[in-house]
Amino acid sequence: MDKMTQLLKLLENTDTIELNEFRMDFDELELHLMPAIQQVVQQAQKQVQQAGIVKEAMLAEEFKPPIYDYPGEVAEVQLGAGTRKPVFLGGQKALYRFEEPQPNPPVVTFDVFDIPMPGLPRPIREHFEDVMEHPGDWAKKAVKDFGANMVTIHLIGTGPKVMDKTPRQAAEDIEEVLQAVDVPLVIGASGDPQKDPIVLEAAAAAAEDERCLLASANLDLDYRKVAKAAVDYNHAVLSWAITDINMQKTLNKYLMKEGLTQNDIVMDPTTCALGYGIEFSIDVITRTRLAALKGDTDLQMPMSSGTTNAWGSREAWMKKEEWGPTDYRGPIWEIVTGLTMMLCGVDIFMMLHPQSVKMLREIGETFTKEYMTTEVPDISNWVTELE
Amino acid sequence: MAVTAMDVYRLLPKTNCAKCGEASCMAFATKLSEKEMDLELCTQLAADEFDKLADLLAPAVKEITIGKGDKAIIVGGDEVLYRYELTYYNQTPLVIDIADDMEDAAFEERVKIIEDTQFERTGELLTLDAIAIRNKSGDASKFKEAVEKLKKSKLALVLCSFDADAMKAALEVVGDERPLIYGATENNIEQMASLALEYDCPIALFVPNDLEKMKEFSRTLRAKGITDIILDPGTYVGDGIGDTLDDFVMIRRLAIEERDEDFRFPILGIPALTWLNSEEDEVNTAIKEATIAATLINKYADIMIIHGTEIWELIPVLTLRQSIFTDPRKPQAVDAGVYEFGELNEDSPVALTTNFALTYYTVEGDLKSGKANGYLLVLDTEGRAVDVAVAGGQFNGKAVADLIKETGIEDKVKTRKLVIPGLGAPTSGEIEDDTGWEVIVGPRDSSALSDFLKDKV
Repeated sequence: MDKMTQLLKLLENTDTIELNEFRMDFDELELHLMPAIQQVVQQAQKQVQQAGIVKEAMLAEEFKPPIYDYPGEVAEVQLGAGTRKPVFLGGQKALYRFEEPQPNPPVVTFDVFDIPMPGLPRPIREHFEDVMEHPGDWAKKAVKDFGANMVTIHLIGTGPKVMDKTPRQAAEDIEEVLQAVDVPLVIGASGDPQKDPIVLEAAAAAAEDERCLLASANLDLDYRKVAKAAVDYNHAVLSWAITDINMQKTLNKYLMKEGLTQNDIVMDPTTCALGYGIEFSIDVITRTRLAALKGDTDLQMPMSSGTTNAWGSREAWMKKEEWGPTDYRGPIWEIVTGLTMMLCGVDIFMMLHPQSVKMLREIGETFTKEYMTTEVPDISNWVTELE
Repeated sequence: MAVTAMDVYRLLPKTNCAKCGEASCMAFATKLSEKEMDLELCTQLAADEFDKLADLLAPAVKEITIGKGDKAIIVGGDEVLYRYELTYYNQTPLVIDIADDMEDAAFEERVKIIEDTQFERTGELLTLDAIAIRNKSGDASKFKEAVEKLKKSKLALVLCSFDADAMKAALEVVGDERPLIYGATENNIEQMASLALEYDCPIALFVPNDLEKMKEFSRTLRAKGITDIILDPGTYVGDGIGDTLDDFVMIRRLAIEERDEDFRFPILGIPALTWLNSEEDEVNTAIKEATIAATLINKYADIMIIHGTEIWELIPVLTLRQSIFTDPRKPQAVDAGVYEFGELNEDSPVALTTNFALTYYTVEGDLKSGKANGYLLVLDTEGRAVDVAVAGGQFNGKAVADLIKETGIEDKVKTRKLVIPGLGAPTSGEIEDDTGWEVIVGPRDSSALSDFLKDKV
């Protein structure tokens, strides 16, 4: 940065300087301040300072919770309608529960696939081995045995290099899952930018009025087609940008031009797994939520996390004796990834392991409670009582 | 709020003497406000001006040193609520507890595990930082004996007892090594404060789930002239974690945004409390403890006491800590170019990866442990991982063609075959078109790369 840019950058937030009761431009202050005025200014400053000290001494006596007012709020998105039990996302008017408890607890949606997925790590496979041939059975097990709030059906088999299933076959898989469970669905495609919009359109039609979340619209594919399918058949859309807040804003704007509203969009700012760039996700998600509460209408939608990405980390799945069993490492990797995203403001989590889902939900559910309303155990003698 | 460069500039001499190494006072002010230079470099300041500036530049959360010399660890020092605003300073030390009533052999064994635990990632060795010795026996002389045994440990100490007599006995042994005194409570604050002053040690204030009282006692300690205070508002697991989070966030917000002098201190979290009366088995309790540790490290814990020592429990916590404490102002990247492995000749294979530090070090580790021979081209993707760079467009044919030209790899090998990462497969056609090389799509994970280079290339 050269000096001029540096100076300009510094002045970005300093275009005016406020002095007690009057205001003047920065240039003016530097160039035209007369000695007499200066004296007045100094006196005024002194008074302010004294008042400040007294005020501080008084305030220091009592504890006041630091609660803020936010001009904006996160839109509420309903998933599930028709024959589904609805789930609500978002609706926050504050950052933390001591300011105002969250209106809706975080939601977990279990990943289910339209093919038996040979690549799934063993700690997950062993829970679903018996149902992997049928997405309907798989979904049922996720809901019945593991308490999933929702199910994500990934139509991986439609990938041209996977099984190249037709949109018609994709629609049949959706019908099977819809029959099997009564929770709302996320419908994911294979990640092929040419085929995804067509697959999602067919799936959306098959699930008309069931208010599914179509995953996803992004700038690399025909997002208009995805948006149109959502509008035509009454679904919501997952708006996916890659850890870039401006890209996210642009995409949201485009989607809203296609007829979707804030209440029809869930954002996916991309979850980079623990140790694989999670800090980028932390920053983007935090900034997005803060922007929403500060009033940016292009970012006032709930957020989703592809927490499953955690299983791509070698620490989660790689056999290595000195790291201990993958049975434990894998779930923790997924929990810590999801939990970190949750603490930054994510509302819905796509996950794979039953234990991870349980842990995340336990902490998430406390978010809807008020500060100091939980009965807490006596820990005052922990130094001697801890075994 | 964080101090701006303009706030700092106003107090500098504005002579632009350049003796600090910066061309102007404004540039120096910028570096000072971003904590990239030290105030001592300015030779033009009078003593009182220096103090004023030092006060202005003091972090919102006080920095406190526990231990001395090689054993010293620094706690606190943060300036901002969110890491993207600047960075978080002084990564959260992980302290492992040990009870004073353990049998000698078990005691020694546990100390050894704490000292030896390590995990390497991105060229950095991640380790544990200190030992918390608990006066579980309730007996002062037992506590003293146990502390004696820890004198030869290479780690800093946290002395845990609410009994002032036991604390005094322990301080007689290690009081000159600056251990953290844990802790002052409603019942013992006078005696503990006297010990902190007598031995000049930092002190932790334990006031569970009552910030009003916490503030009152923090003032009490400050009024006695104690400046090195660490706040423990209680760690509750299970449903209570919500209250704990609220307490942590409120303390940090009051410190940074309100500059409330009673709360401008580091926060202590105790995930070890997961083990207190836990009804679950050891594995589940350990998984839960890692979860609590991750929660607290995300939301402002400046130091933590942990009970579990299983490596599979600690690796995720160490990794999270390393990630959160990276500096967002610096990309996590290595230099682009060509790197050499093993014995090379003109038939050696050539592989490609990105310059994201984690990607590079992972591939490097795998090539070394697999005893591979070959060249590794490292593409400048501005510190992005392969899949992210493919999606973001930095991993493209033209960039690879430029890299081949810049590195002069065509003079080093006769072959014109390039192994690209499995996740880069979508770009294989484009790379072939732009480079004229044959592209071979390699494994998705570099753990299989060494064998791949031997068998398939």
